[in-house]
Amino acid sequence: MNRALRLIARRALASIPVLLIVVVLAFLLLEMAAGDAVDAYLLSIGGGDATVAQSLRAAYGLDQSMPARLWLYLTSLARLDLGWSVAFGRPVRDLIVERLPNTLLLMGSATALSFGLGSALGILAGARPGSFRDRALSTASLVLYAIPSFWLGLVLSIVFAVQLRWLPTSGIETIASGRTGLARAADIAAHLALPVGTLALIYTALFLRVMRAGMAEVWSMDFVLFARSKGLSRARIVLRHVARNALLPLVTMLGLQAARMIGGSVVIESIFAIPGFGRLAQEAVGGRDTALLTGIIVTSAVLVIAVNLAVDIVYALLDPRVGASERGA
Amino acid sequence: MRTMRRLLATPEGATGFAVLALLVLVALLAPVLSPGDPLRIAGRALTAPFSDPAFPLGTDRLGRDVLAGLIHGACTSLAVGLAAAAAALAFGLCVGLAAGFAGGRVDEALMRVVDAFQIVPGFLLALAFVSVVGPSVPVVVLAIALGAWADPARLTRAEVLSVRERDYVAAARVAGMHPAEIAFREILPNVLPPVLALSAIIVAAAILTEAALSFLGLGDPNTVTWGSMIAEGRNVLRSSPWLSIFPGIALVVTVVGVYLLGEGLTRALSGRREEA
Repeated sequence: MNRALRLIARRALASIPVLLIVVVLAFLLLEMAAGDAVDAYLLSIGGGDATVAQSLRAAYGLDQSMPARLWLYLTSLARLDLGWSVAFGRPVRDLIVERLPNTLLLMGSATALSFGLGSALGILAGARPGSFRDRALSTASLVLYAIPSFWLGLVLSIVFAVQLRWLPTSGIETIASGRTGLARAADIAAHLALPVGTLALIYTALFLRVMRAGMAEVWSMDFVLFARSKGLSRARIVLRHVARNALLPLVTMLGLQAARMIGGSVVIESIFAIPGFGRLAQEAVGGRDTALLTGIIVTSAVLVIAVNLAVDIVYALLDPRVGASERGA
Repeated sequence: MRTMRRLLATPEGATGFAVLALLVLVALLAPVLSPGDPLRIAGRALTAPFSDPAFPLGTDRLGRDVLAGLIHGACTSLAVGLAAAAAALAFGLCVGLAAGFAGGRVDEALMRVVDAFQIVPGFLLALAFVSVVGPSVPVVVLAIALGAWADPARLTRAEVLSVRERDYVAAARVAGMHPAEIAFREILPNVLPPVLALSAIIVAAAILTEAALSFLGLGDPNTVTWGSMIAEGRNVLRSSPWLSIFPGIALVVTVVGVYLLGEGLTRALSGRREEA
């Protein structure tokens, strides 16, 4: 455990300069946008004259040089102050904190579902590389992975929500239904079935491919040959020797995909009208709200770092070699 | 040329090549196949597909020809996807080459920037960039490239590190070659194959990102794209789902073609390596 903790502490420290670069990027984006926070604020309260703007700028230090403004931005971020959202007339931090749980629920369910399904199908495909079953599953996953998530979401909602009327088309729960406890959970589950299903289908294809490729690689290794020569049953070799070793790249994939998943949540949440983090990004674009957008970018970078740290922990627990020599991976 | 023959010998490569060749042909011949502006109103609104020979795939809410949109959309999708991927690859190659070749502090600094671009979701970055600068084709290309150059940069650096200490590089150094010449003439050609194998994935991702951006209304408003057609069809999804379904199928076919070509290319290149 000590070993894993040391590893995590080192990784967390190493991510600080990276996060700093992200913040500078976000700041540059803010600088590129037309108008500054004072213009945005005045717009949101219905305008003000030039002297008001001038005094506000002086009060917030926005009349200073660019490096000074960058320093101001950094220090306010250090206080967890992400700025003021013009589009919503509220602090950016409150909006993000409010929306994040919905997205985490969506992402978490889709990831869990696709990880399980994808690795199981990957084992089926990789058990006999080159067999008909392998080729059928590989082709299906290739096509599935080529489908744009927003289009798949639309098609699924045409079928299941418009034609069959099995599931609701949008939202995260029935508005003002007064449901509590299990009834509310079931309502949310019904609303999330389509978006989670859409994302899970596409990620299943990805995990299937990674698992299959990993297994194809492990088959040629000496210890598999040894297991065969011992006369172990094929099922035992597939599950205990090949699949187990192919599972590690899959865990790595989870970390690598975290950023892509957050990006993908934007379109999915906009299709199914889920009030989450991704939809917030779209609303920020619609409202020309650069402060909100940069706040979202910085937050998502922190999220990705957190996911990768979690993946590192899981990896260290699964693979005793990690961090054992303290050489760093 | 040998690589090309090998590529066409694999079933994936041949299929992918056929699909993409057809699409490129359609895109290039768009002005001939469907003359005039695809965004003009051509007929009665919401004609069902396969009902009017003048509009084989029907018309949309404003009476615009769906087939004409698909044909001209192929042009935008391929052009934006290829341009963005080319920009991302070129920039990634340069950064990776510089980092791997220079080493030390330069390497450290460049790789932290690469890290930063890898942890920020590329789609969010593209979204923010387009929304700040304003939607037009070059901006969309740049925005997609901005979120896609980090992967090739990292791969290039790793390859450069594995090639850098080889004897022929040492020989070039001893012979007094300029470092830039060593980087581009000796190292780059050996680094290129694995990065090229990655290029199919980048092109596919760029096409999908472009579609998603224009689906969200952040494409160039004056060009027709498959993503914007899907978004437009969404308004009448209940009554005329085909308006969204056709451009989606076109997208899937294109991306599958790119993936297949990429798999064929990987096989062809790895075959060449085994031979060497």
